Amino acid sequence: MSVLIFADQSQGKIKKAAFEAVQYGAKVAQKLGTTATAIVLGEADNAELAALGNYGAQKVLHAANAKLNESDSGVAAKVIVAAASQEDAQVIIFSHNFDGRAVAPRVAARLQAGLVTGAIGLPDTANGFVVKKTVFSGKAFANVNITSAKKVLTVMPNTFALEPTGATATVQPFDAPVNDADFKVKVSKVETVSGEVPLTEAEIIVSGGRGLKGPENWGLVEDLAKALGAATACSRPVADTGWRPHHEHVGQTGLTVRPNLYIAIGISGAIQHLAGVNGSKVIVVINKDPEAPFFKAADYGIVGDAFEVVPKITEAVKKLR
Amino acid sequence: MKILVCISKTPDTTAKIAFTDNNTKFSEAGVQFIINPYDEWYALVRALELKETQGATVHLVTVGGADTEPVIRKALALGGDEAFRINADSQDSYYIASQIAAHAKQQGYDLIFTGKETIDYNGSSIGGMVAELLDLPFISIAAKFELNGTTATVNREIEGGEEIVTVNLPVAVSCQKGMAEARIPNMRGIMAARTKPLTVVEPVAAEALTSIVSFELPPAKAGVKLIPADNVEELVKLLHEEAKVI
Repeated sequence: MSVLIFADQSQGKIKKAAFEAVQYGAKVAQKLGTTATAIVLGEADNAELAALGNYGAQKVLHAANAKLNESDSGVAAKVIVAAASQEDAQVIIFSHNFDGRAVAPRVAARLQAGLVTGAIGLPDTANGFVVKKTVFSGKAFANVNITSAKKVLTVMPNTFALEPTGATATVQPFDAPVNDADFKVKVSKVETVSGEVPLTEAEIIVSGGRGLKGPENWGLVEDLAKALGAATACSRPVADTGWRPHHEHVGQTGLTVRPNLYIAIGISGAIQHLAGVNGSKVIVVINKDPEAPFFKAADYGIVGDAFEVVPKITEAVKKLR
Repeated sequence: MKILVCISKTPDTTAKIAFTDNNTKFSEAGVQFIINPYDEWYALVRALELKETQGATVHLVTVGGADTEPVIRKALALGGDEAFRINADSQDSYYIASQIAAHAKQQGYDLIFTGKETIDYNGSSIGGMVAELLDLPFISIAAKFELNGTTATVNREIEGGEEIVTVNLPVAVSCQKGMAEARIPNMRGIMAARTKPLTVVEPVAAEALTSIVSFELPPAKAGVKLIPADNVEELVKLLHEEAKVI
């Protein structure tokens, strides 16, 4: 028996969310009195692979086939299922990031394993295998028992702080049992905003709403974000009117984020927006309307004109740094 | 071309979330139910656009009791051609996916669309599971879907951007914002929906592999600490020294 964790990579670098999943998996393994093995698909250098030991993986299986660099959920699932069988894995863990959400359901269906997505707590094994997850888009939690022998989990990113141990893992090559016919999805182009922190991995997020009045004022948000090393986000009206791309829309029908610090500027705090951000550790709200519902969900607030207040905050942050 | 759109019934986005029976059941008292927004605004509307531009038959499927029928009728009013209700409690994702996969196997679809997740259980699981059970390629969290003959070009969301992929039909896709613009059903659609076929299908044997033990509401916030607008230095200091987040 063992715990297997899919550590997904992008251009040879293990994603931060994958390290979090590995650390979570190592803790599950400890609970079950067994070992944690990570699996990496595609080319990655050895130092990067060995670093998985730093977060509790004893062993790393490396399917170095260059064809696996790109993610095809069907192919990834096939390789992970083969690795799970080789390692006699009872629990298989993914990050609840984009690739995790694509591959985990496939692996669960293939193994007839119960699946809980977006875990925010370690399993309670005292009475079954009960995992806590967010439901109703952040408005509540559910404790879900996995009743099947095999279990698949995805771990919510930015939920478990990384605690490096200094250990290194043994890297073993893994011969992926795939052939050309398995590859059905072809990646023709990747468009990423380089140098920007992905929103779901960001530790600080500065977010703007309708209170900013127009796209010409977005610089306000960007300047503060730059001073803080933060990512930028927006509320739904801002994305709907096209000021900002929809992948920055945070809320019930957009992204759910869980940063350490979420600064909302000119966002009233409709229940749908709160659903996407209420997992944030600290929320700061800046709004000129003292009745804005967002203040009820905030830790710190400033009632004032964003156009005056925000540049001052940016200056104060620059002084601090 | 035959398209299947998977429809889920969810509480309205403004619904107050409360639980009954010792926190084991969602309280439906006073709750309005809607089509899961991702299923409606993106999966269904994109399927309808494909029907209009390239010609297709759009089937709808849901797993649930008779109380899901108003939601399915609305999807028909928007322009779906035919609906199937699999008459079973939607127990867990594997159970639901098994039902949808069995239905899809019998019908044979070129395209299966789901929303990227439901806004109640936030599982994001059905599309991938159905794809695996049918041995289809699966593109998750798609923001754009174009079809050229039997080849689809899909923009799929990844960390900090998008990946553009090509794939041959048949394929399963989970849909998100960007795929299409929300529509409102018109009177003609609503009238037509009354007579469109809605077939009740009995479930196949399948097992639920998870069960919800209990629900919890998040702890209440301690209350906001207000800082005067002319003293932003204080805010920065608090974030640095008290909250320790910057």
